[in-house]
Amino acid sequence: MAIKKFAVAAYDDEEVLFPAVKKVRNSGYKLHDVYTPFPVHGLDGALGLKETDLHIAGFIYGLCGTSTAVGFMSWIFLSDWPVNFGGKPHFSLPAFIPITFELTVLFAAVGMVLTFCYLNQIMPGVKKHVFHPRQTDDLFLIVLEINDETSEQEALDYLKSTGAIETNIQVAESEWWYGRWDKKEAYELS
Amino acid sequence: MNERFQVPARLRNMSLALIAVGIITLLVGVFTLLGSNNADHTLQHADKTRFWAVLLQNAVFFVMICTVSVFIQAASTLAQGGWIVAYRRVPEAIGANVWIFGAIAAVVLLCVAFVFNIDGHNPIYHWVHPEGDNILMGKKAFLNPYMFAGFTIATVSLWAFFGRKFRSLSLAQEKAAKNSTKIYWNSMKWAGGFLVVYALTQMSTTPWMWIMSVQPHWYSTMFSWYTFASAFVSGMSLILLFVIYLKNQGNLELVTKEHMHDLGKFMFAFSIFWTYVWFAQYMLIWYGNIPEETIYFKLRQQGPYSILFYAIFIINFVMPILILMARPSKRNYFTVTFMAMLIIFGHWLDFYNMIMPEPLGVNWHLSWYEMGIFAGFVGVLILSVATTLSKSSLVPTNNVLLKEAVIHQS
Repeated sequence: MAIKKFAVAAYDDEEVLFPAVKKVRNSGYKLHDVYTPFPVHGLDGALGLKETDLHIAGFIYGLCGTSTAVGFMSWIFLSDWPVNFGGKPHFSLPAFIPITFELTVLFAAVGMVLTFCYLNQIMPGVKKHVFHPRQTDDLFLIVLEINDETSEQEALDYLKSTGAIETNIQVAESEWWYGRWDKKEAYELS
Repeated sequence: MNERFQVPARLRNMSLALIAVGIITLLVGVFTLLGSNNADHTLQHADKTRFWAVLLQNAVFFVMICTVSVFIQAASTLAQGGWIVAYRRVPEAIGANVWIFGAIAAVVLLCVAFVFNIDGHNPIYHWVHPEGDNILMGKKAFLNPYMFAGFTIATVSLWAFFGRKFRSLSLAQEKAAKNSTKIYWNSMKWAGGFLVVYALTQMSTTPWMWIMSVQPHWYSTMFSWYTFASAFVSGMSLILLFVIYLKNQGNLELVTKEHMHDLGKFMFAFSIFWTYVWFAQYMLIWYGNIPEETIYFKLRQQGPYSILFYAIFIINFVMPILILMARPSKRNYFTVTFMAMLIIFGHWLDFYNMIMPEPLGVNWHLSWYEMGIFAGFVGVLILSVATTLSKSSLVPTNNVLLKEAVIHQS
């Protein structure tokens, strides 16, 4: 959680945004994030985002599901409450497979959704600073981080030169926070 | 761009050598197996049965995996899938050669049904002589030699016709006016037609006729779907092998790792789909525990075929899921090539295990005859597909979806 200073540039066209993103990445400014109203194909490549490790988490959740199912059913049918089903052995793996499969899928799916939400900071009740009211409507935003050594005016001019229709400087919470919108002030004052 | 593919002398010689191996094996088989004069009558009958059963297995397996190429073209045409266009000539070339394997399969199947006979009964297709067997008499309306002959000929001619039709449509598109979509919409109608044909043959009735009727007292409603899954995953692996071969020759520059990744996903996903269907069939029979049904798995799981039963499970499920799960392995040429070959072999074994237990019992072999016939079929496949590939440009430059194929990202 940190209050930071940002230079915000709004673009009204995807075609302008792509070269702008490339220029900003090469310029040496610290890119905070890019906000678009819809998923833009190829933007993750242009931003140089690295491949997510979410699927590794999914594999681990799946393994947890598999072992939970097999372990739990084995415990039930071997020691807790052994029942004779049509003369089958108590530990009959084929009968366990469907439930094992379902629990593997369930654990992997639910775990991955929650992890995805956590990584993207989109849990219910989580608040984030909105840089521009139209960032979910029709504008594309590039947000740069400004530190002590950056000249604000230079950054704004640079963003203008890449084709931005609107630029400004904002001081805001850079991470998410939990709770009411007005808690933001508490963060910003602290 | 390197659009033209010349069949390299090495490939031609290799496939001709494989065909020669196949023909020599067949001839040796005619004299030693079909003309077996073993004093022990059981072994003599087993030799004769082995001769036909292996031919039946290979003929059915190869015609089915080649027809998958026709199916994937039809499915991607209807779904307007663009990425397949980058290597579309490969399934087209395999599909255009379905007629060769269809003809071989028809000859073998008709010989097995009509010619093969030991002392007035047919060891592979018992239903040819149903007299004295109430169950087979009850199935006589469907399982009889004339129905079988008509069905086989209709199936293979329809598959062969559509295989050639899709290729001719695609080649006609090359000659059509730039950006003309007339043939594109026309091929969509043919694709819809083929899917109906395919659903009524490969996905339902044909495996009953050709394979399930080897054990005519037993039936499973999952069987055709299971056979289709087997054929589909090996058919996709076959396409992938040809694509990689062409890339190694410097062709198919439009095919990138993105396309390979998606083909790898097909292999991975349909290996799991195969296991899903296989297990659905197995578990219901295991759970129900009805003797008429469990007899099928009694022979395979606990009888002399148990080694094959578990080997197939490991090759077709455990290895693909563990090796192909990670993203880097689907983008690695060596891994996907190795897995494609392994999957084709695994499903060939699966077809072996579907057909052999009833006619052969304990007298099964997996030696020179099986491998020789397999090699012969592989040789025919390589030579015919390579020849077809060399006949036209490998890049469908006039295809309306080409741009989608070029910019494809998996």
